[in-house]
Amino acid sequence: MASGETTVGPRGEAAVGRVMAQVAMVMNLDKCIGCHTCSVTCKQTWTNRTGVEYAWFNNVETKPGVGYPRRYEDQEHWKGGWMLDRRGRLVLRSGGRVKRLLSLFSNPDLPSIEDYYEPVTYDYDNLVSAPAGPDFPVAQPRSVLTGRPTPITWGANWEDGLGGAGEHAGADPNLSGAWAEKVRFEFEQTFLFHLPRLCEHCLNPACVSACPSGAMYKRVEDGIVLVDQDRCRGWRMCVTACPYKKVYVNHATGKAEKCTFCFPRIEAGQPTVCSETCVGRLRYLGLLLYDADRVGEAAATPDEKDLLDAQRGVFLDPHDPDVIAAARDSGIPEDWLEAARRSPVYDLVMRYKVALPLHPEYRTLPMVWYVPPLSPVLDAVDAAGGNQDDPDHVFAAVTRLRIPLEYLAELFTAGDTDVVGGVLMKLTALRSFMRERTLGEDGDESVLKAVGLTTREAEDLHRLLAVAKYADRYVVPAAHKEDAAALTAVENRCPVESSGGAEDPGGGRVMLGIPTLRRKKTGDRP
Amino acid sequence: MNAPLLPVAAASTSGADLLLWVAFPYACLAVFVVGHAWRYRQDQFGWTSRTSQLFEHRWLRWAGPLFHLGAFMVIGGHVVGLAVPDTWTEAAGISEHAYHTTAVWAGSVAGVAMVTGLGMLCARRLLTRPIRLGTDRSDKVLFPLLSATVLLGLSATATHNVFGPGYDYRCTVSVWFRGVFTLQPQPDAITGAPLLFQLHALTACLLFAAWPFTRLVHVWSAPIGYLARPYIVYRRRAVPTAAARAATGGNRRAPHPGRTR
Ligand code: HEM
Ligand code: SF4
Ligand code: SF4
Repeated sequence: MASGETTVGPRGEAAVGRVMAQVAMVMNLDKCIGCHTCSVTCKQTWTNRTGVEYAWFNNVETKPGVGYPRRYEDQEHWKGGWMLDRRGRLVLRSGGRVKRLLSLFSNPDLPSIEDYYEPVTYDYDNLVSAPAGPDFPVAQPRSVLTGRPTPITWGANWEDGLGGAGEHAGADPNLSGAWAEKVRFEFEQTFLFHLPRLCEHCLNPACVSACPSGAMYKRVEDGIVLVDQDRCRGWRMCVTACPYKKVYVNHATGKAEKCTFCFPRIEAGQPTVCSETCVGRLRYLGLLLYDADRVGEAAATPDEKDLLDAQRGVFLDPHDPDVIAAARDSGIPEDWLEAARRSPVYDLVMRYKVALPLHPEYRTLPMVWYVPPLSPVLDAVDAAGGNQDDPDHVFAAVTRLRIPLEYLAELFTAGDTDVVGGVLMKLTALRSFMRERTLGEDGDESVLKAVGLTTREAEDLHRLLAVAKYADRYVVPAAHKEDAAALTAVENRCPVESSGGAEDPGGGRVMLGIPTLRRKKTGDRP
Repeated sequence: MNAPLLPVAAASTSGADLLLWVAFPYACLAVFVVGHAWRYRQDQFGWTSRTSQLFEHRWLRWAGPLFHLGAFMVIGGHVVGLAVPDTWTEAAGISEHAYHTTAVWAGSVAGVAMVTGLGMLCARRLLTRPIRLGTDRSDKVLFPLLSATVLLGLSATATHNVFGPGYDYRCTVSVWFRGVFTLQPQPDAITGAPLLFQLHALTACLLFAAWPFTRLVHVWSAPIGYLARPYIVYRRRAVPTAAARAATGGNRRAPHPGRTR
């Protein structure tokens, strides 16, 4: 049995420490059709402003592919996340505190705009104002940074659907092992999937730890990681520290901005905008209770491949009476405990263990997890002349087809193929069992048993993955009313409030240092 | 030497000199102080270094450290040269000659570093189009004013002390400077100084007046506290009770006190 698949009592007998709650997300990658609706609705909500034209709090990238910003996963280069020093202590890869302060004047590891892409708008006006002539008028692209016509040469998902992958995808930092040659050679026939990404709202956030001003913080109540816009001084160290490159510099305000997990919606008990609008209905939101006192220890786990289990060990079972008592002591309200018990995220991450974290080896203990995609494997079965519906063929493919497995392992398990393989087996077994059921047969329970599922559990998991309704996918308890006054006081600086852009005529709070209309000719929207 | 000159109107000082060397500096200082208080209260959101590294990093890599380290040395030099009376250094056993030699050398290195850095910063600002377009009104005041001050200071030193016969500003400019802060203004002390020193002092006053309204406010936010605080910052949405504070280990920022909107 794979190492991640053991039926761990997650905590052993250790006493429960400080309990905190986190609103966490799981995405079922098999269902992502790469439509980018999530990215677009997110952008319309949060980043359709001057200064963050290039920023996508939620982006969807094609894998294999270089990602956004380009090759962000190459931490040798970008120095994101944590690592263990020679003595096994957890340190930020970009260096210690003193080094960070000394490199304030010029950050040596900051991506530049070319690593993202040059945002453009179009000369739409030309479509209606061009003089009559023999040719159709066109809307030329114009850089919103320079106001000049510019060719479009890169974007946030340039190799969408593997377009141009022959040229670029070889640069995917995950294609590093000896097996990678094979992938590079074959992947156009074998596999492709989409990876929607947002801030991971990590338990051990590198961005927060690197912020010299203490402007970034993790909320005790729901784990959301935010930038206090009033305290940020533009030292831009968080951008480097985040291994997922999910903090962005607003070049108009000179402050850092990041995915907010749509906290105003979450506080109201609603799902994030990306979840709400997801066409594939593949996102799940729910609470995870965790032991804040064990975060540091888990993040410092010596072997990268043990990080997955270590992180699961930090999560607490919301049904366990000891945990419930400790959570009450820590001030977690009853309705939140109830929500934690109904959390679909807990089910996918802890009960069925089919969800995996993205790049656990960055040691930030990320809180957006993924059910790895089975479809690349099924495609490979087809390509090899096998039968998708025969679990034996699929099992064989999972174990023998080195191609996607090693790649997926690079993404989700620090290279441990057994764990990803185990999850894919589970999904395969579930698929074939439920298929037989649907066709009116009994279903072969031995297939289930082999992956550690009972019939009940299989039905449950199938319901959760395949047919769960809105209320089952998003179990988000509203923030407590008694906190409401304080709530508006503390998070008064929502990044959209003061855009620094043209749409801010009164200027109200932004009185100085902010350009009002920066690029008159280009219009003010990306 | 510190014979009190209050009330200010010492007979020999002309009205113009009073205006230039007493009224003007005090006005600038007042704007400096009130301006900072006002901006700190009103505009936390605009209080930033306004990084432009996203758009240009090759020049900044050199210019940033050169300029800043130069600036720190120059500021240190000014503190020693202006605020510390020559009698003190002499009492400490540092001869006028030794002081002068060190000052000229260290000052030149610092000055050149700062000027080079500032030159590069200005160049990249002008040549990188996105940075140029993002240059706002405050920058358009700041960069020329800062450049003028730095260049005047450097040329005063070069003209009179590096290549010239040597000019002991500690007996004139410094006396005036200290007079301003001890509330015993001595305009006469500086009226006889060479023009370059006078212009340098005046642009510096202007720079201080402009300071709170520019990105220079980032200087006061030097994040020294970072060296001591825990890595992970937790905050509560609600104002924590003492009990809750203890429960979460106290490792958390209190909500920002100054803003209640
Ligand atoms: C106290 C410690 C200081 C720190 C930590 C600091 C840090 C910074 C940072 C991070 C930037 C942004 C660079 C970029 O990414 O574009 C900056 C810019 C700047 N700093 Fe400082 N600074 C300090 C002190 C000073 C001082 C004493 C001065 C001058 C009196 C100064 C003048 C400037 C100027 C003029 C810029 C704008 C550069 C440009 O964008 O062209 N700083 N500083
Ligand atoms: S993913 Fe989010 S919480 Fe984690 S380090 Fe990056 S910005 Fe911080
Ligand atoms: S909206 Fe859903 S299906 Fe569409 S790209 Fe985003 S995550 Fe994938």
